[in-house]
Amino acid sequence: MSGVTVFGLCAAAAVGLGLYGLITNPRPLRKIIAFNLLGSGVFLLFGVVGRRGAAAGIGNDPVPQAFVITGVVVAFSATALAIALLLRLFQTAGSTTLSSGAPPRVRSEPPGG
Amino acid sequence: MNIATLLEVSLVAVVLGLGIWTIAVREAYSAAVGFVAYGLLVALIWVRLDAVDVALTEAAIGGGLSGVLLLGAAARLRGAQPMAAETPGRATRASAAALSVLTSAALAGAVLFLPDFVPTLAPTVAAKAWATGLTNPVTNVLMVFRAMDTMLEKVVLLLAIVGVWSLASDNAWGGHPGPRHQADPHGILVFLARLLPPIGIVVGIYIFWTGADHPGGAFQGSAILASMWLLSMIAGLTDTPPVSSRKWRFILVVGPGLFLLVGVWGLWLGPGFLAYPLSLAKPLILGIEVAMVLTIVATLGLLVAGAPERGTER
Repeated sequence: MSGVTVFGLCAAAAVGLGLYGLITNPRPLRKIIAFNLLGSGVFLLFGVVGRRGAAAGIGNDPVPQAFVITGVVVAFSATALAIALLLRLFQTAGSTTLSSGAPPRVRSEPPGG
Repeated sequence: MNIATLLEVSLVAVVLGLGIWTIAVREAYSAAVGFVAYGLLVALIWVRLDAVDVALTEAAIGGGLSGVLLLGAAARLRGAQPMAAETPGRATRASAAALSVLTSAALAGAVLFLPDFVPTLAPTVAAKAWATGLTNPVTNVLMVFRAMDTMLEKVVLLLAIVGVWSLASDNAWGGHPGPRHQADPHGILVFLARLLPPIGIVVGIYIFWTGADHPGGAFQGSAILASMWLLSMIAGLTDTPPVSSRKWRFILVVGPGLFLLVGVWGLWLGPGFLAYPLSLAKPLILGIEVAMVLTIVATLGLLVAGAPERGTER
């Protein structure tokens, strides 16, 4: 088994781990972390397939590499937006629950935030 | 099994161990720490996959900046404990585990039984590299051959910052993002925040500049520059700019704006949208990249800082 295949299996496992954490963990911050884990597994799969496409003196197909670089930056912006939403939810509701049944504890905002 | 494979297998074992820790550990703060370590080790995998450009991005953004973001959020959410009723039951856990195992198995099967025919664009990229004057194939793809993706990605960054800022409460609108950090002026944090940025700024600019011919580029350099800015922010040496500042808003749009202008210019000249005239390709790419670095540094830093929280009067 070559090293690239080992990394491919690692990527597949990371996707599964991220998916499990995303579904089972009730806390939104943990869901965000799990989603990032899932994403990193998907990016690694790109890298594994790109490594097989090594040719013309380039060790890894540059097109999927560029996709992954773009993807990492987009994933980061999505994470930042999700965390900002979460912090705002915590600020206004006093809890970070996602369940619709729980009564929100209204907390008055201090002046100036 | 030779030494290299042994190294790879142990690297994968540690990475997966950290992944499991990140998912299974109780405290959100520990999960964030685990994710940072995971991101840094995944960067090593990228090096082994001969994708050093991606490795730099993963280490700087996936490990570093995401880490700051997640640790900051975990610290601020410490008081929020989940209600017992929210924890999913045994049946949900079992079906989630089954679904995850199935997904992993399908992906692992796809990796193990990849077709013998290997589609690759590497020879095409290498054959067309003469047209741009750059020798780093990944920079060529990012800035020229797939310039549309990179431009749209800048727009995504801009939309993300608009989204984050729009979460400000009414009385904080126009003010400074994030809390004002205070640190002991004689402490180690302030010392590092004075010592590291001069070095980090040189390294960041070098990584950006060398991206034309060697691994590196605008994203990786910008992430290092942004982390230097964040370091001095966290040490309380600088404050975040108020979101009403026109100068900063200009910096946030100059990257995609210039990219779009050059793109439309290419359309007007004839060859097509985002097509650079051959004689001007290198200076145009460099100009766009400089504008992009400014925008990315400002956006990454402000995304980590978060929504405006303090009014301008303070």
